Amino acid sequence: MSTTDLHISGTQDQHVTGGVSDDAAESTFAEVDDRDRAIPAIEFRDVSLAFDGHSVLDGLSFRVMKGETKIILGGSGTGKSTTIKLVLGLLKPDSGQVFVDGEDITNYSEIQMMRVRRKIGMIFQEGALFDSLSVYDNVAFKLHEQGVPEDQVEPEVRRMLRFVNLEDAIDKMPIELSGGMRRRVGIARALVGDPKIVLFDEPTAGLDPPTARTICELAMKLRDLEDVSSIFVTHEMNNLDYLCTEYAVVNDAGEVVFETEGERLCLVNTKVLMLRDGQIIFNGTDETLKKSDDAYIRRFLRGH
Amino acid sequence: MNFATRALLELQETTLLAARAARGLFKRPRYIPEAIAQMDSIGVGSLTIIILTGFFTGAVLTLQTFPTLKYYGAQDQTGYLVALSLIRELGPVLTALMVAGRVGSAISAELGSMTVSQQIDAMRALGTDPIRKLVAPRILALIVTLPLLTVIADTCGMIGGGTVASLLYGMPFSTYWSSVRDGISSDDIIGGVIKPIVFAVIIGSIACRKGLSTEGGTVGVGRSTTQAVVLGSILAIVADFFLAKALQIILDMPQ
Repeated sequence: MSTTDLHISGTQDQHVTGGVSDDAAESTFAEVDDRDRAIPAIEFRDVSLAFDGHSVLDGLSFRVMKGETKIILGGSGTGKSTTIKLVLGLLKPDSGQVFVDGEDITNYSEIQMMRVRRKIGMIFQEGALFDSLSVYDNVAFKLHEQGVPEDQVEPEVRRMLRFVNLEDAIDKMPIELSGGMRRRVGIARALVGDPKIVLFDEPTAGLDPPTARTICELAMKLRDLEDVSSIFVTHEMNNLDYLCTEYAVVNDAGEVVFETEGERLCLVNTKVLMLRDGQIIFNGTDETLKKSDDAYIRRFLRGH
Repeated sequence: MNFATRALLELQETTLLAARAARGLFKRPRYIPEAIAQMDSIGVGSLTIIILTGFFTGAVLTLQTFPTLKYYGAQDQTGYLVALSLIRELGPVLTALMVAGRVGSAISAELGSMTVSQQIDAMRALGTDPIRKLVAPRILALIVTLPLLTVIADTCGMIGGGTVASLLYGMPFSTYWSSVRDGISSDDIIGGVIKPIVFAVIIGSIACRKGLSTEGGTVGVGRSTTQAVVLGSILAIVADFFLAKALQIILDMPQ
């Protein structure tokens, strides 16, 4: 059973406050027993990569477990986006291994990677929408490429656009959309086919705080309600606070609401990884990160 | 990396790209609608400039050669000279240059912009191979349309030559046309159609390679576009010489 079920069962069990309901406790053990869930969704083993003799990643090793969100923090040029591109096989490491769902993709050819990429959704920095296609065609791209009949494509596109709250923009061209809307269409496009792994590459950079919040809420919905494993690359601290302290639940009215950690028992399934000059300088929870004595981490968190 | 190594590397990458595009043509999914759309934009879109280029090239050939031919009393051969120059050399080369300028730049700029705005990465992330979706239809469209455009340029050139001969020099159009028909052989026509096929592969693969390897934002797009046009044009002219020699041997033309 997934973490999503865990949260929901906790919420529905209204009389339980501050304790673990029997259902939730059982599901925790069920999770540990499930061997498939013990295989990391993404794993890096001693990955190094250099461009033109300049080292970008230097011996990177980490795991993203099933249903977990891994926030990758770090200044510009520390190798955050490169890490994401390695997962998709858009770049190849010079040494080390990259695993997706327990499968070693390090030496996969472009053709083999196509199959792996279908399991993964990627949200690019600026949305990376196809300029020449409408919002509908952008979101439907994957389905059109797979030759899905048009009468099945439209309901799926509408479902995805509803998820990002943009159904009204279905006939618009990308050029007519604001930055935040483009990012959300990018999210809808990436989520077609319900990938179990989603990669966010600075999805909130350059957006106003409410729009940035909306995008973090989408990431939380994916984590808590859809059991998606994700890597969330960012350098904005408020994203970290949202993702580490809040979780999405469905209330009695069937609406998605966000609750803060501590209101009920909650294990927010988010870990933080911090990079500096292509090396991991921190890997753990947000609480430990905030208590860190490292001068660089403290400066990064405070902003001065 | 020195110049020679860089040039060799580029040659290798461009050849690999063209080879992968060629392999992609025979595998599913096939991008036939994309190829037809490209044929429309490359072929039909280039018609006006090709008709004008062809017509006035033929016209100026007659304008310049008629007085000389007349001096030797060989003005009846004007059609022969114009047709042969056009079909063997000027038609294929000028069409290739015009298409390299118009289409090579457009392909490179479009793919370059898609690369810098991460649309190419997005396409790969969505499980679609950009080489099969974008590169193969463009090269195929060029291979189909460039020979057709060349034939149109040749025809317009011969008509242009005939127009100048009859209007400016008072030569009957029928005399001009019969010397055209006497002058050209099927070998000339075959040679004149094989050349543009080779030029299409050169222009298309260079433009696609330059577009897809764009780096450095909008400035990079400008740089790739310039390189695509310059390299495409130069290599088409260089290839023309070697092709002409090869065709002389293969088709057993007088050397």
